[in-house]
Amino acid sequence: MKSVVIRLALAAVVGIVASAASAQTLNTIKTRGSINCGSNGTLAGFGLPDSQGRWTGLDVDFCKALAAAIFNDPSKAKFVPLTAKDRFTALQSGEVDLLARNTTWTSSRDTSLGMNFTAINYFDGQGFMVRKALKVNSALELGDAAVCVQQGTTTELNLADYFRANKMKLKTVTFATSTEAVKAYDAGRCDAYTTDASGLAGERLRLANVNDHVILPEVISKEPLGPAVRHGDDQWFDIVKWTHYAMVNAEEFGITQANVDDQKKSDNPDIKRLLGTEGKHGEALGLPDDWAYRIIKHVGNYGESFERNVGQGSPLKIARGLNGLWNKGGLQFAPPVR
Amino acid sequence: MAAVETSRPKALLIYNPKARGIAYQVLLCALIVFLAWSAIHNAAENLARAKIATGFGFWDNTAGFDISQTLIEYSTTSSYGRAFWVGLLNTLLIAGLGVVFATILGFIIGIARLSKNWLVARMAGFYVETIRNIPLLLQLLFWYNAVLKALPSVRESFTIPGGTLLNNRGLFLPQPVFGPAARFALIALVFGILAAIVYQVWARRRQMATGQQAPILWVSLGLVVALPLAVLALSGFPVTFIYPESGRFNIRGGIEVLPEFMALLFGLVIYTAAFIAEVVRAGILAVVRGQTEAAYSLGLRPGPALRLVVIPQAMRVIVPPLTSQYLNLTKNSTLAVAIGYPDLVQIFAGTVLNQTGQAVEVIVITMAVYLTISLVTSGLMNLYNRRMALVER
Repeated sequence: MKSVVIRLALAAVVGIVASAASAQTLNTIKTRGSINCGSNGTLAGFGLPDSQGRWTGLDVDFCKALAAAIFNDPSKAKFVPLTAKDRFTALQSGEVDLLARNTTWTSSRDTSLGMNFTAINYFDGQGFMVRKALKVNSALELGDAAVCVQQGTTTELNLADYFRANKMKLKTVTFATSTEAVKAYDAGRCDAYTTDASGLAGERLRLANVNDHVILPEVISKEPLGPAVRHGDDQWFDIVKWTHYAMVNAEEFGITQANVDDQKKSDNPDIKRLLGTEGKHGEALGLPDDWAYRIIKHVGNYGESFERNVGQGSPLKIARGLNGLWNKGGLQFAPPVR
Repeated sequence: MAAVETSRPKALLIYNPKARGIAYQVLLCALIVFLAWSAIHNAAENLARAKIATGFGFWDNTAGFDISQTLIEYSTTSSYGRAFWVGLLNTLLIAGLGVVFATILGFIIGIARLSKNWLVARMAGFYVETIRNIPLLLQLLFWYNAVLKALPSVRESFTIPGGTLLNNRGLFLPQPVFGPAARFALIALVFGILAAIVYQVWARRRQMATGQQAPILWVSLGLVVALPLAVLALSGFPVTFIYPESGRFNIRGGIEVLPEFMALLFGLVIYTAAFIAEVVRAGILAVVRGQTEAAYSLGLRPGPALRLVVIPQAMRVIVPPLTSQYLNLTKNSTLAVAIGYPDLVQIFAGTVLNQTGQAVEVIVITMAVYLTISLVTSGLMNLYNRRMALVER
């Protein structure tokens, strides 16, 4: 009996660690018939299931785009909700195929956590939300304030850095999930709540009295958010990276969900290459040549996804800003398909 | 035996039950060692292949995050190792205080449930049946939200006479600052404690020899509390207090007790006390009724009969399951993570694991720590149990 228990325990350990090393992610996904996508689950605009269990959000759309490229069916994306604290372990252990969970790209995460960031699908920065009644106009006035923050985030570190750099005293109250942190802030446990600016816009809508709270103007950090994959599978890394670039390129060429079928008849060589009517650009990725067509047909281009989830078509109403195309004053720039 | 073996010299070793037993054990051990080795080897190899950092080098790296409650010096520039000790001390603090209060409350409720007073017994029974049938996590969330919602905001703090403030940021006590002359009081305190121990030993010996009882409680209290206070008064009260006062956002100064700490302590004590109450009740009921009757017939009143006759015998039954409850309380304190109390799991197996990404190392250390705490607790309780056990003459 004892040996059975030990053997099972060991098998579990070995199994968990062994699966992390498999290099054939695409084949595994095809065999399984679905993509396991590490998602947020509680953040409006990025990853949140609605009352019918339908997931929506920018990161959710990204996974649907991947499922469209591989299976020609966005419903083949399965979403695994992860807390900020557990997300890296879930990716390392192979529980999810990729992490599309508003995760900040940093050097230490890229190098020592056994994962690679593929592209940046949202340029963000950390901000603060406070009660209007406090009459605080700047984050620099927050010395001695109690700040609620979510555990296991770059936010937690930036917060400490910012207060240290500005020689202000800080009282941090750390919670495992953003839900708990926001609830404590709403109950008056903290003077301020801090997270990425996009997250603040989403969380503010969940508070009891939205108009009692104000987001401070300071953005105290760079938060490039993007999907990440495990080390050791370059093919899968390329697929994830080019899924984002395909969506950005599509926006640049004016290809939308509505006109993609007409665009297939276009004479523009860039569009022909992207939609797979010329050249064999999907084959090299291990995908059909119309992979990008499938993405746009089922999910739309980057701009459409942005506006639908966080932009003007959503309750968040976030402006494109840094996330606009490179030729429209933003930072979204995709290498060409050729 | 020897005669049997010589009469059958050709018997194979395989038919020898002893040799067979040893062979099986060696085989099993080898198998376990092999499995353990291959698991470790496999893990190390795969971690290396996935280029995940390994080893314990992270221990001295800068942590960079802030912790709300630190019993030792800690800043954002301290190391992960320091953060580990902060978390461990926070865990030990909550577990230690929890055990003490849960024991006191549990004994009171357990004895109350056996009370002859109908109302008292029913109320204790209601407490036990309600509390132990609601999951602890829910109770913690209840206490945390109850504490936060019920308490006033910082600007409208309750002022408790004596300079203590209470609001939804915590309980703020005046912090005593001892002047140099206060060391006489400290010496008096140490002397008082030693004298009280000596007095108790002397009183017990005298009672064994002559049957005369001495007022142990009052004399001990006098030595430990009144004597140092008297010395303090004689040396002119060299104590000043830093009173907490409202700052721009928060209370400044004083000793801060976090609401997360209060909620966790409340939750753990109330929950565990319900189990301890049942353990105590079982222990008392396990003492045969004749013991109580014998005590009464010797002229002892119910109080002393319970204290001097029943409980010492009940302890033999109580201590082993009580140990389990202490271990449960310690392990349950990891639920702190749900309400933001910075215990070992929240700081070390939470933030440090996430920031370093070294799940295997961090979890192994955390498990080893809880194993050590549990083994030490049960070791101490076993020692106590051996002293309480029935000594047969």
